[in-house]
Amino acid sequence: MIDAILNDFFWRALLGGLMVALVAGPLGCFVVWRRMAYFGDTLAHSALLGIALGTLFQANLNLSIALVCVALAVILMLLSRQQSLASDTMLGILSHSSLAIGLVVLGLMQDFRIDLTGYLFGDLLAINRRDLLWIALGGLLILGMLVFLWRGLLMITIHDELAAVEGHSTGWLRLALMLMLSLVIATAMKIVGVLLITALLIIPAAAARPVSGTPERMAITASLIGMLAVTLGLTLSWFLDTPAGPSVVVAAFGFFLILWLARARSVS
Amino acid sequence: MTEPVVSLTNAGLRYGDKRILQDLTFEMNPGDIVTVIGPNGAGKTSLIKLMLGIESPTEGRAERRRGARIGYVPQNLSLQPTLPLTVNRFLRLATSEHRQIARALERTGVGHLRQASVHYLSGGEFQRVLLARAILRNPDLLVLDEPAQGLDVNGQTALYELIREIRDELNCAVLTVSHDLHLVMASTDTVLCLNGHICCRGQPEQISRDPAFVNLFGERLAQTLAVYHHHHNHSHDL
Repeated sequence: MIDAILNDFFWRALLGGLMVALVAGPLGCFVVWRRMAYFGDTLAHSALLGIALGTLFQANLNLSIALVCVALAVILMLLSRQQSLASDTMLGILSHSSLAIGLVVLGLMQDFRIDLTGYLFGDLLAINRRDLLWIALGGLLILGMLVFLWRGLLMITIHDELAAVEGHSTGWLRLALMLMLSLVIATAMKIVGVLLITALLIIPAAAARPVSGTPERMAITASLIGMLAVTLGLTLSWFLDTPAGPSVVVAAFGFFLILWLARARSVS
Repeated sequence: MTEPVVSLTNAGLRYGDKRILQDLTFEMNPGDIVTVIGPNGAGKTSLIKLMLGIESPTEGRAERRRGARIGYVPQNLSLQPTLPLTVNRFLRLATSEHRQIARALERTGVGHLRQASVHYLSGGEFQRVLLARAILRNPDLLVLDEPAQGLDVNGQTALYELIREIRDELNCAVLTVSHDLHLVMASTDTVLCLNGHICCRGQPEQISRDPAFVNLFGERLAQTLAVYHHHHNHSHDL
């Protein structure tokens, strides 16, 4: 039974998408709460550099994407301490430079043509068993870290110094959050691609906001909305033959619109 | 027996080449109320960071009593409206004891707001919630950064009154940073005038005559303060 499911590309895609949406929910909440949307974009763009370097050195692509994301996250953290440039300028420089360098490096490899569209917009239907295993392992690791660090992560989001006074190691918590984001971006690339990853993080979280009274409920609701969007998007893609990744994002956007409009109506 | 809760010995702080604080020596004992005043850029926030242990001094020493608990009310904490948070949940991030939360909120006069969203509180209500959170764990040292900012005069007076009462009940040391000289003069035991170093310190009426203070804040202000405090003293010292 399980074997039959794993053998079918549609079910593999659905399973992979659901797992990524599950962890993207709570992480996306932190991206929204901490206003890190642009930061997420930067990490996502650098993933392309990861692919280029991974291909160049013939390393495992998932691993090289994750490594480049982590490296960039650490660089950004160090740079943000010395504020000689505004942080959005800094992010913009690194974001587009890493994207451009990635494209240039890929272009230099004459004898090796890769499917760029797949990386930019996702190639959900091409997920293989190995990818699924990566997503499952990465997802479990992130979920475990989230549960374990939840209180501390919330505290540094509310007030960094208050968190420090109460004994949380704020530096490590920030680093952990960056690592988790890097990991989820490395895995989510398969699903929606470099250009749409941030959407999968922030749209379900933002959609969950009007129906959530506590941070925990918002995180869980964001996961559910993300998973619904993956299911709906893939179904749409199946019947209408639309690209899978963008269909998922369109579905998520639909949920966002419905929830915010419903909220606006109930308020007025 | 009465070991100071926190003490600075010749403590200094520099970031790179920039010297923020130098040669600070003072200690806080249980029950002390010390208010730090000083012009912008005097290093008030850095001093708070030293006291809280968020920063370590680059010169000298900053020591806290072993096991000293610290309550902290940060300056204008602005919460992201995207983060759904009730008062109760906010306090539960600090302790899981429901009864302590109820007691602390009652103590600061905002018990009825326990289930309210933190985003709908007024400035005064939110300060009281922050204060409740700070006293949750019976602190030995209470540090407040501009607690009265954005409150009207009545609200400020009430808040300082409350801080005093809490000091009496918990016998904790209270360190406040404030801009509002009038209220500081009226509601503190010791004033510490900071400008990179400690310019002068002492009781309010004493300090308002201190040449260093007059020099820093100008003669006219110093005089009005002296008068103001004198007046206030009479109405309270029965």
